[in-house]
Amino acid sequence: MRYDIHLSIDYTYAAPSDHLRNLVRLLPAELPGRQRVWSRKLTVTPTPDERRDTIDFFGNAMTSVVWHGPVAEAIFELSARVERLAVGDPLDLSPPLADLGAEVTGEMTLAPASPHHFLGASPRVVPCAEITAFARAAVPRGISAYGAVTALGHALHHHMSFDAEATTVDTPPREAFVQRRGVCQDFTHVMIAGLRGLGIPAGYVSGFLRTFPPPGAPRLEGADAMHAWVRAWVGREMGWIEFDPTNDQGAGLDYISVAVGRDYDDVAPVRGALRSAGSAETSQAVDVLPLDS
Amino acid sequence: MTASPAPDLFSAYRLREGVADELFDAQGQMRPVWRRFVERFAKLSPEEVTTRFERADQYLRDAGVFFRQYSNEPLTERAWPLSHIPVILHEKEWEEICAGLTQRADLLEAVLADLYGPGRLVSEGHLPAELIAGSKQWLRPMVGVSPRGGHYLHVLAFEIGRSPDGRWFVLGDRTNAPSGAGFALENRMATGRIFPERFPRAHIHRLAGYFGAFRAAMERLAQGASGRERAAAILTPGPSNDTYYEHTYIARYLGLPLLEGEDLLVQDAQAMVRTIEGPQPLGVLWRRIDAAFADPVELDATSRIGTPGLVEAVRAGNLAMVNALGSGVLEMRAMLAFLPRVSEVLSGGPLKLPNIATWWCGGAAERAYVRENAERMMIGSAYACDLPFDLGATTALGGAFRGSARASIAEWLEAEGNMLVGQEAVTLSTTPAWVESGAGQNRIEPRPMTVRVFAARDAHGRWVFMKGGYARIGRSGDTTALAMQRGGAVADVWVVGDRPVRQETLFPKPIRGVRRASPGILPARAADNLFWLGRYVERTEDAIRLIRAYHLRLAATDNIDDARLRLLRSFLADYGIDLARPVPQALIERIEAARLCASKVRDRFSTDGWSALADLAKTARQMSQTARPGDDAARAMSVLLRKITGFSGLVHENMYRFSGWTFLSFGRALERADALSALLATFADPKAPTGTLDIAIEVADSVITHQRRYRMERSRETVVDLLALDGDNPRSLLFQIAKLRALAADLPNARDKGRLAALSRAIVPVESLLSVASPDEIPTARLHEMRGEIAEISDLVSRSYLR
Repeated sequence: MRYDIHLSIDYTYAAPSDHLRNLVRLLPAELPGRQRVWSRKLTVTPTPDERRDTIDFFGNAMTSVVWHGPVAEAIFELSARVERLAVGDPLDLSPPLADLGAEVTGEMTLAPASPHHFLGASPRVVPCAEITAFARAAVPRGISAYGAVTALGHALHHHMSFDAEATTVDTPPREAFVQRRGVCQDFTHVMIAGLRGLGIPAGYVSGFLRTFPPPGAPRLEGADAMHAWVRAWVGREMGWIEFDPTNDQGAGLDYISVAVGRDYDDVAPVRGALRSAGSAETSQAVDVLPLDS
Repeated sequence: MTASPAPDLFSAYRLREGVADELFDAQGQMRPVWRRFVERFAKLSPEEVTTRFERADQYLRDAGVFFRQYSNEPLTERAWPLSHIPVILHEKEWEEICAGLTQRADLLEAVLADLYGPGRLVSEGHLPAELIAGSKQWLRPMVGVSPRGGHYLHVLAFEIGRSPDGRWFVLGDRTNAPSGAGFALENRMATGRIFPERFPRAHIHRLAGYFGAFRAAMERLAQGASGRERAAAILTPGPSNDTYYEHTYIARYLGLPLLEGEDLLVQDAQAMVRTIEGPQPLGVLWRRIDAAFADPVELDATSRIGTPGLVEAVRAGNLAMVNALGSGVLEMRAMLAFLPRVSEVLSGGPLKLPNIATWWCGGAAERAYVRENAERMMIGSAYACDLPFDLGATTALGGAFRGSARASIAEWLEAEGNMLVGQEAVTLSTTPAWVESGAGQNRIEPRPMTVRVFAARDAHGRWVFMKGGYARIGRSGDTTALAMQRGGAVADVWVVGDRPVRQETLFPKPIRGVRRASPGILPARAADNLFWLGRYVERTEDAIRLIRAYHLRLAATDNIDDARLRLLRSFLADYGIDLARPVPQALIERIEAARLCASKVRDRFSTDGWSALADLAKTARQMSQTARPGDDAARAMSVLLRKITGFSGLVHENMYRFSGWTFLSFGRALERADALSALLATFADPKAPTGTLDIAIEVADSVITHQRRYRMERSRETVVDLLALDGDNPRSLLFQIAKLRALAADLPNARDKGRLAALSRAIVPVESLLSVASPDEIPTARLHEMRGEIAEISDLVSRSYLR
């Protein structure tokens, strides 16, 4: 399935200040066998004085932009054509959850895809006793690691409801879990906390959802902005799988990946620093249109 | 003949079974390296000992050496806890220690290069991936980044102790931003006051050679391969950090600018210092801030003390970091469990100096071992970067918990094993310490100690060691590491030769001819603080004079409804000063504002000036408790006035006329000009009550001059003439504005393409007006306008130089 993606993020700064620096992670990823990028282009307005395109630790495309003079408004626009390749529902080849730990230990590497990065506390997801207890209760005894991921995702989907007003970009997972509402970022962070609590390495995927569903299918939550879902490592054989707790399904043909990391902090679309910390307003518009039908 | 120290001093010096001692060897014989020192010391009378110790303490107080404690109060300081008896080690023994630590330093460099490079140690199973990945100090953005100059580590400190068998061992490695080198210098200066004689002084190795080598290495690193001129600087978290004093001290000693994150900007992947002359390129930073805080864009987004883009400058190879960002990963306790094995793998040999035996409880066998031997272990966090004796509340020692509510150690190990280490509960050696017990019962007792050893690379990349260092002395006789927690003392460490040693100085080669070092760059933020220091000090002085004028008149009239008193009250109320209290709170706040500015530029500021400000603040606070309205308050203000003019005198007489001084003076002159305008607009206004002209003359400290020039005449004209238009009166507007013009001409970029720059262009018209006007051409309304013009001058200084 091919998509044309258009995204625009607009920041307006209350007190324009010199030397604005941003790190941008918006370019869709090239994922052999799963996602092919036909074209991708990031336009930044006003034209920055410096722009550097690099790859971050986890392999994500990262663009660093700097304006030397004062900037009152910054606009980031992405246009991309991306093909998502069909991957059938995975066959469960994962070990029993109880044996996953030994397989993790066997991965003696610090390479970006190593499960070790995704087990401990990360900047935004720290261990949380309540979420771990919920995860334990949601997962039957003797279940496989993969089964545990889908079981927890399903349970969370029913425990929490989608609410665009209940949280902000900085809401800690525990708070969203306790109030049982939030957006895709909250669902994802809570599920990551739960999986890590079970000993399953888990991380964050940022990306896009197709805006309008195929005929007859319901419109998915989170399609009007950038989306987020979970990736989990379920053993040597299966490696990483992806699950969307907001919509209670595996991340299939409707999902376009941009960046992966331990949590939102690693993949934030625009990370920035104004020299004098002023308030900023932001707005976002996304269109993800299928080319083939 | 064995030494027979004065029995009353050493009578309490009892050795403990199974504990090594620095003064006596295992056979109970005094170690030869101590003998001469003890003989000399024993000859001193008790009074002389007290006098000498007091001399050292006085030195430390005068030098302003203090220890900042973590607290909410920003300026809490406590006296430096010097243990007056040094720790003495023979140079042969020191050389052996340093040989062992050189091997260790090279090993640490190799481990770091692997962890941020190929990752072989992990993939071959010598270090657990889980442990490294779980460390907050292992910074992923730094993976694959080669350091400018080729080395990750440039400055190291090792905490070492002596075990009961007499051998030295390492308790911990400081690889992130080791502190204490400046304190070692201060300890040395202080003990020099106690033992000034040729013996022992000539036999003690100096510390300066270490700093000289390090300074040269910094310059080499700054220049880099390009060979271009680049600045070297120290990056500090700022005055609220507990070792800030040391940062200012070492910056002054090495002649390096002390910067904070906001002093820097990164442009085209080049780190620059914001100076009053615009951005200047920087080649190396000696970082005293935690790595994760260095860059809020690529590292910890919550950091308020970092510089956006710093990682980019490092990645581009344009900035060397001492030490590399991410070097703190080596400090975690669990690393000590693996270094012995890693040493075999990387260098093919065992560690010459062992480290404290450590077991990471993430492995089943290790976990079982720690569980079975828990009674002779310290069990704590695997990731903790503090030393074994800095025990937290969640630590178990000798099989028992300290303040934690867990069921059992076995359960704890099972649940969180991968987060824990067990470390052998070590016994440290003892060293003589002076113990005061009052009533002349002072004596010398054995106290446990550890020694901090400092290493740095020289300009060729070789490790050099400070010959000496500082020792931490426990506060009780308890020789388990427990006694070494906070609250102990510090001592100088003497490395002593049999013969007088060759003396080194900071700069090894004598400078031929006269080559003065340039005063160096002035960061815009430092200039800003100096400017505001000048303003606050002047503002305080002005307020003191006004408050005094009020209480003098209150004492004379005893009528608070007097029109002049009412005018003074409303005038001061406009500045937020409430005269209900004889020493108003707002006055104390002004003094504190001045002190806060001064605290941010302590590296550029005389110790005496700092003490004078501290004294002023203290006196004002004391007086606020006791002063009564009227005469008493007026006298109190006179005392404060003398103290603040004392401070001004110190600055005026003693401060080097570099551009920092210009900003301080500019701030003062600007504030004084503004205060004079306000004073005249209110108290020389034609509608003001009778007797207020006297207030203007008195507050402007011009009573005598006015009498001489105008005899008994007193009118608005005479007062405006003297306080606004008389260019010879230092308390006149014209005098202060002319001063501003002269100072502005000395600043960088004072001219812009052959014309005066904006700042001077704003000052000159005001000066011209005051030079030619007659008093009736300066009505009250014009004085109000002038305040607006002065505010504009202030804005122009800020915009042109201070950001």
